[in-house]
Amino acid sequence: MNAAATSMEQEPTSADGPASRRITVGYGFWIFLLSDIIMFSAFFATYAVLNGATNGGPGPAQLFDTTNVAIETACLLASSFSCGMASLAVAERNQKWTQLSLLTTGLLGTAFLVLELREFSSLVARGAGPTHSAFLSSFFTLVGCHGAHITAGLLWLGTMMAQFYAKGFRENIQHRYLCFSLFWHALDIIWIAIFSLVYLNGTRL
Amino acid sequence: MFGKLTWSAIPFDQPIPLASSLVVGLIMGAVLAWVFVKGYAPYLWREWITSVDHKRIGVMYCILALVMLIRGFIDALMMRSQQALAFHGPGYLPPEHYDQIFSAHGTIMIFFVAMPFVIGLMNFVIPLQLGVRDVAFPTLNSVSFWLTASGSFLVTISLVVGEFARTGWLAYPPLSELTYSPGVGVDYYLWALEISGIGTLMAGINMATTILKLRAPGLTYMRMPVFCWTSLASNLLIVAAFPILTAVLAMLLLDRYCDFHFFTTTAGGNPMMFVNLIWAWGHPEVYILILPAFGVFSEVIATFSGKPLFGYRSMVAATMVICILSFTVWLHHFFTMGAGGDVNAVFGILSMVIAVPTGVKIFNWLFTMYGGRIRYTAPMCWSVGFIITFMIGGMTGVLLAVPPADFVLHNSLFLVAHFHNVIIGGVLFGAFAGYTYWFPKAFGFTLDERLGKAAFWFWFVGFWVTFVPLYMLGLMGMTRRMQHYDRPEWYPWTLVSMAGALLILTGIVLQVVQLVVSIRTRDKRRDVTGDPWDGRSLEWSTPSPPPVFNFAVYPDVSGKQPETEPQYAAIDVPRNTPTGFVAAFFATVTGFSLIWHIWWLVIVGLVGAYATFVVFAWRDESETEVPADEVARIDRANRQARSVALRGHAA
Repeated sequence: MNAAATSMEQEPTSADGPASRRITVGYGFWIFLLSDIIMFSAFFATYAVLNGATNGGPGPAQLFDTTNVAIETACLLASSFSCGMASLAVAERNQKWTQLSLLTTGLLGTAFLVLELREFSSLVARGAGPTHSAFLSSFFTLVGCHGAHITAGLLWLGTMMAQFYAKGFRENIQHRYLCFSLFWHALDIIWIAIFSLVYLNGTRL
Repeated sequence: MFGKLTWSAIPFDQPIPLASSLVVGLIMGAVLAWVFVKGYAPYLWREWITSVDHKRIGVMYCILALVMLIRGFIDALMMRSQQALAFHGPGYLPPEHYDQIFSAHGTIMIFFVAMPFVIGLMNFVIPLQLGVRDVAFPTLNSVSFWLTASGSFLVTISLVVGEFARTGWLAYPPLSELTYSPGVGVDYYLWALEISGIGTLMAGINMATTILKLRAPGLTYMRMPVFCWTSLASNLLIVAAFPILTAVLAMLLLDRYCDFHFFTTTAGGNPMMFVNLIWAWGHPEVYILILPAFGVFSEVIATFSGKPLFGYRSMVAATMVICILSFTVWLHHFFTMGAGGDVNAVFGILSMVIAVPTGVKIFNWLFTMYGGRIRYTAPMCWSVGFIITFMIGGMTGVLLAVPPADFVLHNSLFLVAHFHNVIIGGVLFGAFAGYTYWFPKAFGFTLDERLGKAAFWFWFVGFWVTFVPLYMLGLMGMTRRMQHYDRPEWYPWTLVSMAGALLILTGIVLQVVQLVVSIRTRDKRRDVTGDPWDGRSLEWSTPSPPPVFNFAVYPDVSGKQPETEPQYAAIDVPRNTPTGFVAAFFATVTGFSLIWHIWWLVIVGLVGAYATFVVFAWRDESETEVPADEVARIDRANRQARSVALRGHAA
């Protein structure tokens, strides 16, 4: 092909007509994830503004337990690894390994959630619940929103496992799995932002 | 058992809401009875309610918008008449009722009229202009629509069950906090907007994906019609702005339901945080509304001037510049917050800068008309009326962007006149232009021109007679949302404004008459060619109304259409599904029970919504096939009608 022809047709996707279903689904889900990240950024901004509004109560340095957070982080990152393993197993259409990796992902996600709830309940027990100050309201909402996403993700994960089991590796179910894995990894990214900006930043000397 | 819901929620002692809700209930009951008696119910269920066809969903969005327009306009009439009567007296609306009316008016007009109208037009037109068969996610599209309908349903029943917010359309705290608004009004507002906001967000994701990933072969970005470009910008703004609305309303909900302290005046809460966040959504929102309208005008003006659009590239550039700048001006909504002179200056200058790309567009439209063979059809009337109205509205906006002037005019009727000037003169005129322009494409017959033009003139004159007095009143110091007043020099202006509202009412009545007359005389006004206006974009190459698959074969945009008949093949179209309707039903149940603290019903609603999606995920057949014979039959009929009409034209 000569140079003039290539410069005229620089946009192959549109020149070729509508994109495939797999591309469209993945692309649309990416846009959803971006919008979700923007929603989190509103909570992050609020946390940043209300960070110092402790209403005479405890602040970040007195409240956060870094060991607990480290274990939570480890669980979540490991769950992303097993989620990646599940993607490989799905690509191989291997039912046993798919189910096993997804189960591992789910268990690690549940462990994360249990640890988070334990942290929340211990804070409430110490009188540092979300109703105490604007700082605590924003902390519980930001971290809790991530936790709510994990909960929704676990529900989705269970549904995914059931679909693979009942329907096999049908194309549209594979597309859904693509979206699920993107969702799960995106929650990791958000957690890393929470870990750095809320916990590390809050407990630094 | 029923939480806060008791018989006292129904306003038996207030004749106005009770009577109006009875009338609304009777009309709805009569329509439902008519549908069932005539046996239309199965047809409606099969062909519309469960439809995932973007054209049907687009039409339903527009119908929702038109119905809610009437509701919102009745609120407007009540406000104008209250102010005309409440000089030295109480008027006929007590303050707690008047406050609900202006809050409902704003909420309805923005969220349930302007939004569904522009989303409806985009839904209908975009896939046709892109030369494809549907949006990227047809079922999601249906879910989006029904969630929007769910939100407007919640707002509507607040008329009779309980009350609506008395806080204004943005529900600023601390007024909207539980301490100062203990009733269910603000909860209605919040849950209605959360539910419909999620619908809008999904519609935005759907449309953005459609435009970016689904286009006919050869339809490169710079070949897209300008309506596609402005819709792309609008949907990108939806994706970027609506999550902020979801978040900020969720925070206010947590304050109200769980005693959190985001925006309270106690325990370190910060009400200005709400104002910042809501306008970080709210300013892009006005561009979400106006950009598709700009797109409509670009199509209409080019078509009826008989010329290609002047300055296509600068139009695209201006659109994308507005898209980005719209996120940098939110603070001009509250210069009086006290952020200081430097901050106000930055936002004031940025607000003026955003007028530049808009000015580019105005000049492009004018130059498109210049030297053209202009046909003053009804859509063209709306467009020319828009150019004049919107330009003046834009200039009063630039005036408000000057912080010292804003300190004087803030919260006055001058501001109210300004934003009606751009929203009626811009968004609504655009929506009406688009409605008249694409109506024949959707239904196969044109709307009556004479009545359409009469409606336009009543709207246009009525608009100016209503809102020039509000500019004057604002300059004279009258603040917005006043239930009564005793300044004699204001009185004549409120009377004039009331008269203007009656002119607009005449315009609306004429539009209803236009629709009825056009339907009755539809056989005389058939659009047999699919191209009643001599348009140039791809939607005019389909029959009117287009078949379910839109295009028998994908049009190839890179070259001329071959005259020879193509090879027809069977087409898979997405299967209809009640998922959207059922999901929205459960969303409505959840929203209603959250408003009234009926916790068991909340759980029922959430489980129902989850179950709906599992059932959807479990289905095995997602598409049905239109056989090649059927495709060929439909396409041949269209080719035949076109060539007959063209030959008639030539002779």
